[in-house]
Amino acid sequence: MKRDLVIIGGGPAGLAAAVAAYDAGCKDVVVVERESAVGGVLKQCIHNGFGLTRFKENLTGPEYAHKFTDEVEKRNIETLTDTFVISLDDKKRVTCMNKSGIFTIEAKAVILAMGCRERSKGALNIAGTRPAGLFSAGTAQKYVNLKGWLPGKLVVILGSGDIGLIMARRMTLEGAKVLCVSEIMPYSSGLKRNIAQCLNDFNIPLYLEHTVVEIEGKERVTGVTLAKVDENKRPIAGTEKHFDCDTVLFSVGLIPENELTKRAGIGLDSRTKGAFVDGDRETQIPGIFACGNVLHVHDLVDFVSEEAEMAGRSAARYVLEGEREKDYILTENGENTGYVLPQKLDRNKNAAQKLYFRVRSAFRNAEVVVDTGAAVKKFNKIAVAPGEMESVTLGAEEIAAAKYVKISVNRRA
Amino acid sequence: MELICIQCPRGCAMNVEKKDGEVFVTGNFCPKGKEYAISETVEPRRVVTSSVRAEHGRVSVKTDRAVKKTEIFAVMAKIRAAKVLKNVQIGDIIIENVDNEGANVVATAPYRV
Repeated sequence: MKRDLVIIGGGPAGLAAAVAAYDAGCKDVVVVERESAVGGVLKQCIHNGFGLTRFKENLTGPEYAHKFTDEVEKRNIETLTDTFVISLDDKKRVTCMNKSGIFTIEAKAVILAMGCRERSKGALNIAGTRPAGLFSAGTAQKYVNLKGWLPGKLVVILGSGDIGLIMARRMTLEGAKVLCVSEIMPYSSGLKRNIAQCLNDFNIPLYLEHTVVEIEGKERVTGVTLAKVDENKRPIAGTEKHFDCDTVLFSVGLIPENELTKRAGIGLDSRTKGAFVDGDRETQIPGIFACGNVLHVHDLVDFVSEEAEMAGRSAARYVLEGEREKDYILTENGENTGYVLPQKLDRNKNAAQKLYFRVRSAFRNAEVVVDTGAAVKKFNKIAVAPGEMESVTLGAEEIAAAKYVKISVNRRA
Repeated sequence: MELICIQCPRGCAMNVEKKDGEVFVTGNFCPKGKEYAISETVEPRRVVTSSVRAEHGRVSVKTDRAVKKTEIFAVMAKIRAAKVLKNVQIGDIIIENVDNEGANVVATAPYRV
């Protein structure tokens, strides 16, 4: 089977990319989705707070997803659900598997939109037993919101990522008692408003600089012990707090799901855990693009949609006009900056380009310095935090004159 | 009183003070923040989101406007008791006047029996 554009993943990134590619003139698009319905994780994110940037509306996850599934349906874009992509190669051959068997689609262009998965408790090296009752926050979210199963009644949440915070409120509303949220860092990686509306509203304590030292229980978890950590993140003896509980949720970060990317031979950036891309969101293999959480973990879906549309338009142009000559400069993360995306910019593009970056630590009174080798641009931010992605837009002329782009974030006195 | 605005992901740290019966808000980036801060001092309200049992699976829902914070668990009890038996579209009313003040529980996803 031959198709112009194959999009791997039917979550918010894949759907937005499909619509943008279609509208840019690439009509032969297929979205491959492993679940039985498109929409991705938004299906289970039934809380509100989505779409404020993009639609100026306060939407729930399913409502946000529906805006895009509607557009996909209007254009009759094909979605292959219940279909798993088992391999992708550098010739843009996408091998899929579903009930009808295994088949290969030869694509002119491919967009990687596989999203991310949760870091599991296995990644944490926690001492103690391995009883039932330990869930990732997202699994608990799926059980409660989509299946109607409450995982337990007495809950301790490890990690203060947004999904953990959202689940603290959700489990409370459904009648469970959430005893506390424990975070190893001195700050939460979740949004401030989620601390306010998910924890403070229900008097759920947040223990910063705390880690779990033991999980107890044989068949089912019966308790956890937390302790305060020192500056090297090691537990301090004598600071232990014990909680009797029947459930532990882990909200300890997200990892881009790049197994297919690696198999295709596309290089990954150790900072973003996603592919190296340029401003078109094109990877090192011409005609393969990436967007959304598979590229770097976003905190807001609004920016996933924005990025996916860039990838969609770029893929359409690649299908219609073929490969273009690119003149790259590299972007760099300087002081206090964890990463900059895209990792390279095309000086031939002749358009303004937006660069996303993440700071390494949280502080107030920040000064962002953008050095292009030709000019230095500075602006102030009231506060920055690793959980909140920042951005800066460079004009076409600034990029054409640039030798590199280095973004640093300094503390102002 | 210090509070974090929950109206958008920016999460402004605001300060609210009452002087001679008037409320002064600082730290808000936009008018929505001021509105929220004032409402928090008078009577805190929240939109409640949840899911309702259906013939097959569940239907996600929300209150179509914020309900009194003190009424959240009463609203949840009604949501837990409800069941969807027919096709619904986004925005269709599942429970009318759930807080006795005019807020309805509406579907946030389509459901087909």
